[in-house]
Amino acid sequence: MKTTAAVSRSSRASVKSPSTAPKPRSRAAPKPRQVLLMVATRKGAWLLKGDAARRQWQVMGPHFLGHIIQHLVLDPRDGRTLLAAAKTGHLGPTVFRSTDFGKTWKEAQQPPAFTKKEDGKGRVVDHTFWLTPGHASEPGVWYAGTSPQGLFRSDDGGITWHSASPINDDPRYIEWMGTVQDGTPDGPKMHSIIVDPRDPKHLYFGMSGGGVHESTDGGQTFRLLIDGLEVVEGFANDVPTFHDPHCMRMCPSNPDRLYQQNHCGIYRIDRPSKTWVRIGKSMPKKVGDIGFNMVVHPRDDDTCWVLPMDGQTVWPRTSVEGKPAVYVTRNGGKTWQRQDNGMPASQAWWTVKRQAMCADTRDPVGLYFGTSSGEIWMSRDAGTKWQCIARHLPEIYAVEAADIDTR
Amino acid sequence: MKVLIPSPLRSYTQNAWVNADGSTLAEVLDDLDRQFPGIRFRMVNEQERTRPQCGSSCAASPCSSCRRHLRRPTRC
Repeated sequence: MKTTAAVSRSSRASVKSPSTAPKPRSRAAPKPRQVLLMVATRKGAWLLKGDAARRQWQVMGPHFLGHIIQHLVLDPRDGRTLLAAAKTGHLGPTVFRSTDFGKTWKEAQQPPAFTKKEDGKGRVVDHTFWLTPGHASEPGVWYAGTSPQGLFRSDDGGITWHSASPINDDPRYIEWMGTVQDGTPDGPKMHSIIVDPRDPKHLYFGMSGGGVHESTDGGQTFRLLIDGLEVVEGFANDVPTFHDPHCMRMCPSNPDRLYQQNHCGIYRIDRPSKTWVRIGKSMPKKVGDIGFNMVVHPRDDDTCWVLPMDGQTVWPRTSVEGKPAVYVTRNGGKTWQRQDNGMPASQAWWTVKRQAMCADTRDPVGLYFGTSSGEIWMSRDAGTKWQCIARHLPEIYAVEAADIDTR
Repeated sequence: MKVLIPSPLRSYTQNAWVNADGSTLAEVLDDLDRQFPGIRFRMVNEQERTRPQCGSSCAASPCSSCRRHLRRPTRC
């Protein structure tokens, strides 16, 4: 925004004198912008629309009441196409699509599905877990990650999906993906599909389990990117199956820098380095660096946020000691500061899943997270103060934020 | 034949009872999918196996022993 303002001032300075200059065009008033939160839950989806100041929130929904919605994402390229990854307890997975902010939905004609094997023993998509819009130069392209792990692509805005990579049928990859027993309690997942904004063929993804992988040829081949990552004690960390990245984010202001919340710590990597550095060691010992989510600052690659959870003993997956807090680093992970102003001081045993925390692009940055107990919390000042803006929703699986035009 | 559509799938058909043709459950499901695109994949996965719990909720066959066998006749 600052850059735009500077250019604008410069343009005005070069305008010719009134006698010779063409009549200035009337400037359109800046388009009012609102933040739209897309909330995916265990029992449906909701949209929350904030006013320009992000103080008043209108809760709209439910959409797909009773469906398990894993992810709800707005296409930033057209600003109006929403995709929802859905299934119910009884029915198979599908993807729904809306081009009018959820007033109407249409189901994908061909949802993500693995290749049919003649012996009937091929893999089966249980649910689509992650949705990522493609590169800005490829309108209509989307990627989807599934459970069990599979990478799928749509070239028509989510109407039809096909396998995005040979890895879906590669025996070596399938071995690395492990079995249902090796994955997370509700199924092993492919997630954190990232498209490099500089190159549509440069992709990353994470698998729980199965590690982090990178492609530079649009998904035809991938290579491992697990050096420096730790695994659970007693397991071999050169075996990808034992690697469990929980959430990986690329910094919009520096696509060579990625942060990762892993089953075994918080990490950063600065490409072209191939080695992750554990930056969570500098978290307070009492809190630790276990969690699921990771949020990066839209303009500052030294700043990111996590909301740690209790990862001791049987992995309670609650806030640490019942006292939820966000932790921020503003120096790339050298130090962390606790941000809990406004949050419950005790007896709050919820946690935040890997897709359920995000940032907007405003200044100061707005942060949002949805809890396992159905609350949505937000901060208008980059985490300094927090407030609950919705409660009593079902268990929240994902929260995404987008700036939208209100006209 | 008349097919009773269980409530989770009525967003496709809008009606509890619909007509579909076929001499096997697979053919009936194909006909349903032709009329109501997408409905089949919610019940039958990409490996041609009925999804867990769909065997008991799909009423295309009156015979419970046929529900998990797409090739069996619909009238038995």
